[in-house]
Amino acid sequence: MPSTSSSTSAAAAAADTLHPTTSPELRLPGRRLPLWLSGSSLLVSLLALLPLAFIIAISIQTGWETVVRLVFRPRVGELLFNTSLLVVLTLPLCVALGIAMAWLTERSNLPARRIWSALAIAPLAVPAFVHSYAWISLLPAFNGLAAAVLLSVIAYFPFIYLPAAAALRRMDPALEDSAAALGLAPWAVFRRVTLPQLRLAIWGGGLLVSLHLLAEYGLYAMIRFDTFTTAIFDQFQSSFNGPAANMLAGVLALCCLLLLSAEAASRGTARYARVGAGSARQAVPARLGWRWGLPSLLLCLATAALTLGVPLLTLGHWLWEGGGEAWHNAALWPALRQTLLFGAAGAVLTVLAAVPLAWLSVRAPSRLQRLQEGCNYITSALPGIVTALALVTITINFARPLYQTVLTILLAYLLMFLPRALISLRAGIAQAPAELENAARSLGCTPGRALWRVTLRLAAPGAAAGMAMVFLAISNELTATLLLAPNGTRTLATGFWAMTSEIDYIAAAPYALLMVVLSLPLTWLLHYHSKRTAGR
Amino acid sequence: MSSPSTRFAKISLLLATLFAGSAHAAPSAEGIVVYNAQHESLTKSWVEGFTKETGIKVTVRNGSDSEMGNQIVQEGASSPADVFLTENSPAMVLVDNAKLLAPLSPATLAQVDPAYRPAQGKWVGIAARSTVFVYNKNRLTPQELPKSLLDLAKPEWKGRWGAAPAGADFQAIVSALLEQKGEAATLAWLKAMKTNALPYKGNSVVMKAVNASQIDGGVIYHYYYFGDQSKTGENSKNTALHYFKHQDPGAFVSLSGGGVLASSKHKEEAQAFLKWVTGKGGQDILRTENSFEYAVGLGAQSNPKLVPLKNLDAPKIDASRLNSRKTVELMTQAGLL
Repeated sequence: MPSTSSSTSAAAAAADTLHPTTSPELRLPGRRLPLWLSGSSLLVSLLALLPLAFIIAISIQTGWETVVRLVFRPRVGELLFNTSLLVVLTLPLCVALGIAMAWLTERSNLPARRIWSALAIAPLAVPAFVHSYAWISLLPAFNGLAAAVLLSVIAYFPFIYLPAAAALRRMDPALEDSAAALGLAPWAVFRRVTLPQLRLAIWGGGLLVSLHLLAEYGLYAMIRFDTFTTAIFDQFQSSFNGPAANMLAGVLALCCLLLLSAEAASRGTARYARVGAGSARQAVPARLGWRWGLPSLLLCLATAALTLGVPLLTLGHWLWEGGGEAWHNAALWPALRQTLLFGAAGAVLTVLAAVPLAWLSVRAPSRLQRLQEGCNYITSALPGIVTALALVTITINFARPLYQTVLTILLAYLLMFLPRALISLRAGIAQAPAELENAARSLGCTPGRALWRVTLRLAAPGAAAGMAMVFLAISNELTATLLLAPNGTRTLATGFWAMTSEIDYIAAAPYALLMVVLSLPLTWLLHYHSKRTAGR
Repeated sequence: MSSPSTRFAKISLLLATLFAGSAHAAPSAEGIVVYNAQHESLTKSWVEGFTKETGIKVTVRNGSDSEMGNQIVQEGASSPADVFLTENSPAMVLVDNAKLLAPLSPATLAQVDPAYRPAQGKWVGIAARSTVFVYNKNRLTPQELPKSLLDLAKPEWKGRWGAAPAGADFQAIVSALLEQKGEAATLAWLKAMKTNALPYKGNSVVMKAVNASQIDGGVIYHYYYFGDQSKTGENSKNTALHYFKHQDPGAFVSLSGGGVLASSKHKEEAQAFLKWVTGKGGQDILRTENSFEYAVGLGAQSNPKLVPLKNLDAPKIDASRLNSRKTVELMTQAGLL
């Protein structure tokens, strides 16, 4: 899942962890859950375990000796070093920039804050590998660790900005006032009172950024920086699903699980909600004055120039160079059609698969249900290339009729992006009163019918938001699509990739532009959504 | 209980529509599926020419040599592929060794120079390419050029040259080195390469880096240079090509291969496709369009801009002995993959 927007909903997930919806047990005593509901939810969760099961099975099958030979070698150490260095350097920079931008746009009197806030989210509309394309065609010598860190910050800092801005907006300023009244200087107030309250936002956003750093392929392949994901791809090109590729995938999956559990363990149990009656007042924007105002403005300007200026400039340049001729590429429009088709089918399928899980998590939460949800989260945290390798191997060996079919690639999308649908759908179902569903039942509706006629209709906006997020995640997906696409099919992302691999930057530009245009609505949706959750 | 079943009915209806909608992607009953590891643009020209002449529809799956070779081996007897086209021969040998290729029609074999096809007739050369050392004219004088590919392992070349080790092209060059010099010497050379060379993703990127003076030279195939020169030249204007000659491992001429799968259910069309590619129509495309690969058909002319194949003094290597798996294993062992 190399795309930026692919995980934007995961940004929503991060925001979600900030205010978990604690739903009361709505299950009426003595009523059994409809079997098809719990059954299909269980089935989806079992499917989600396929990639992990694949890695375990293949390790056992490969044999301990070969595993040791393939895993404990200098090259793997090199990749581990590269990948961890990337995470260690990128994360603090993302956090610093994300929080600085969030504070400036939410808490200061910086001029044109609304515009800066929109511009801070806008980089998400540019897929990560398009960022890379923009920079490499501007500076051909751009490569290595420094380039990787810079591009990663540019592509992923909005994942910190979004939850941090949301948290700042909702924070009760009374705590900060008390701290100031007790004699703390403004900087100390920020450090000792404001920052600790942003902890969940930083942790959640940080996890997302790290998972992206581990999973991204296109961005790093273009600037010659080797990570686990690029190395797996190299091995795949050299050996299809050979043991070396599979073992690298195993190590990468382990890294992701490590990150997941580290985040869960360090989340803590502190209280972040305000105590007391009434509602919090709005914070008074801090006055920057000239001394701080000018550098702040420059920071915003520089960020916008680097994150949006460069891609727009280079894209514009190549589009201009190519002129109308670049659009006469006969493969371009079928690629757009294919992308829309995959996106729409994947979105519908994913949201449908999420319905049972979402309904159960709101209406009948239980330990089993939470476990099932966990399975889906873990799989979506795995890089697309791992899921794709698993599905290629499984379908080629055990499910040949599904091999190279649309169904398999849709299944991959489903496994990768289900949580995005789940989050939106759950919020939608939670807002539909259980009483209405019960009333429908008492009037003779079967559980399924009541769900369909009452709850799902009320939850339609949530489902639509989920579909939009999955759709855009799919439209920018590269690695899994490269491995799983049926014969003769090409999407915008894979078409773009083929062109840039031949360094035909002019022919690649229309693909990039179409991807950006497809991503813009999502970015707007996120912007809108984050304002709405703050009640404004 | 009508609702869930209606819902599922609706879902299945939806899925059915989807599949109907994407049916254009699936190979039609009378068409053939080509697993293509050759350059997309070249195969596209071949396919267009072939379909125009015969009316046979061709569905192309693009990938790289070893990926697709191993894929076909795993797919075995039920591979959806009818024809396999490679950039280099090792992947074709892999498929051939798995006994998955059908004998080619004598008419096809007769069209190709016997030097460019294995004697057993299970696959055939469709084009050829020469290894070159592309170098930056402002940074290296002709005297400073390496005399042999093996020289690039010397310490003085540390950090000064590049290649695309994950690509099938470079791996074919290594497989020829393996065939010529044996396992121990190849592994030693690869380990030195790990220290000396900068890895890039793709040959054109190597040439671009040489052109931008990021490195002094790189090991690639000849046609990247001519292709760029025929367009704007912006990625090759500071570069020149050095042919190693003298039957050096670096003078290796690699064969692109074509084969028909034994499991093909459209053998007649598949054979017709390869006959067309190796025939006048296919080989003329090599001369007239901007792929700049060498033609291998009997009496077929290559692009006049190229140094003639016979002047390259390439090492005599039996293409059917090149071992892609061993090569990848050694490169993995050397830490290049």
